[in-house]
Amino acid sequence: MSAAFDCRELSKRYGGTVALAGVDLEVQPGELVGLLGPNGAGKSTLVKIACGLVRASGGDARVAGEPAGSAAARATIGYLAELFRFPDWLRADELLTLHQRLAGSDGGPTERRELLELVGLADATSTKVGAMSKGMQQRLGIAQALVGAPRLLMLDEPTSALDPVGRRIVRDLLLELKSRGVAVLLNSHLLSEIERVCDRVAILVGGQIVARGSPAELAQARGVEVDLDGGVRAFPEANREHVPEIVAGLVAAGERVYGVRVLSSTLEETYLETVEAAS
Amino acid sequence: MSGAAAIAGYALRESTRRRVFVVVLILTVAFLALYAVGTEAAFDSIDAEAAGAVLDVDDQVLTGSTLLGLAMFTTLFLGCVLAVFLTLGAVRGDAERGLLQPLVVRPLGRTALLAGRFAAAAGVCGAYVAVVYGAAMTITGIAGGWWPADPVGPGLGLVAGVVLIAALSLLGSIFLSATANGIAVFMAFGAGLAAGLLGQIGDALNVDTLTNVAEIVSWALPFEALYQGGLDSLTEGVGGNTALIVQLGPFGGAQEAGPLLWPWSLAYLGLVAGAARLAFARRDL
Repeated sequence: MSAAFDCRELSKRYGGTVALAGVDLEVQPGELVGLLGPNGAGKSTLVKIACGLVRASGGDARVAGEPAGSAAARATIGYLAELFRFPDWLRADELLTLHQRLAGSDGGPTERRELLELVGLADATSTKVGAMSKGMQQRLGIAQALVGAPRLLMLDEPTSALDPVGRRIVRDLLLELKSRGVAVLLNSHLLSEIERVCDRVAILVGGQIVARGSPAELAQARGVEVDLDGGVRAFPEANREHVPEIVAGLVAAGERVYGVRVLSSTLEETYLETVEAAS
Repeated sequence: MSGAAAIAGYALRESTRRRVFVVVLILTVAFLALYAVGTEAAFDSIDAEAAGAVLDVDDQVLTGSTLLGLAMFTTLFLGCVLAVFLTLGAVRGDAERGLLQPLVVRPLGRTALLAGRFAAAAGVCGAYVAVVYGAAMTITGIAGGWWPADPVGPGLGLVAGVVLIAALSLLGSIFLSATANGIAVFMAFGAGLAAGLLGQIGDALNVDTLTNVAEIVSWALPFEALYQGGLDSLTEGVGGNTALIVQLGPFGGAQEAGPLLWPWSLAYLGLVAGAARLAFARRDL
């Protein structure tokens, strides 16, 4: 089966500004990949090229094996932009109906009802967009992106306007989609969200991927702490592999060991260090 | 086609919810009401002993064609307002507001999206212009017993004119922000009408330069030529002093369309559509 999204040597220039400079990235079906990077790093440009909103200057981008931007590629994606807006006068159900027609979905009222339930808007079927809070509109946007059961979902800052409950709904939704085999490319500044749900993370700086891997792989060892009678003793240079040796040495020295903590950097710390180093 | 139809339906609903639509409707009702009162008064005041009798001019034709010509100008202007405001932000404006992207990523394609927007704007403006022209013609006929020689041709010219203006505005919306596009299209509209008047003056004074300028502008902006052709067909077949005076009036008679006007207008629409398709396909959103 072809990758849900695959790009090679992807580049984009806006006049003299380089937005992407040779990006390679692959998202497999059922995989949740987070895109991180400072403002202007090229995250939105990458997502927009995948959606066919922006033309690449060079390289190759494919969605489900089809050239990004082609009708066949667009038929397999769902997209929620960072700065999106829906007409104030449309009701939630009408908006989804419009997108069903545009996506060629034959899901009918059942699909619309399920999608609104999925994003916690089951009671807002007849609510006009103009009467919705920003958070409700964002959840409606996610429902809109899911019309037609896309194989690749691209979300650009999908939780920026959500309260903790809304974020929880979206997080659970993403995990549910993952279990259904939907690939997700998630662009967000909320590192804790990315750390919780993403299988892999790519950090973009200056249009290039400067780090990639699972959140665990990206985390850096910060030493080991051991709880002893006399308090906590730190071993800053140690990592998980050193724990048996450290404990054995302490016990042999007559210490009583009550607990051991292997410390590692959070994704936020890794991100900040990576961006600082790359800048 | 289903996608384009969905966009057209969406754009139609959007059109009727815009405040400008209500404003244009109110202005139209006010205009038609005033027009009815004015036309009634004008025909009532025709005096058989007045200038018409002396100069051998048919006062009824003169009054009717001049008033309906004025109504056609107003109809074209209001139709232009509607066409511009329904399309001025269709691409760049909507993209800047984040309204366009969710639609464009759908498989229907950019060409279908443009076609849908154009169909909706052209449908609304064309229907509006046809209704207002028909109402003005009926008012003129009932009030004064005068009907144009060709009752359908002038209306068709106006409809085609606003359809072209809508197409131009849609094309402009790909390149320009909403405000800039609105200003540009209104300036083009004004330039077209001004050139038409210059042409009439050049014709009357026999100044070739003015006539040539007007002719070039008519080719470049055929909505103006369609309007002029419509005016001309109001008094088709009228001769003598009446025809002379009617053609000198500001809104009465005008330049004959010529056999190439309609084919050129169609080709022009095709060129504008082709340019819009090409430009939109290359535009980053």
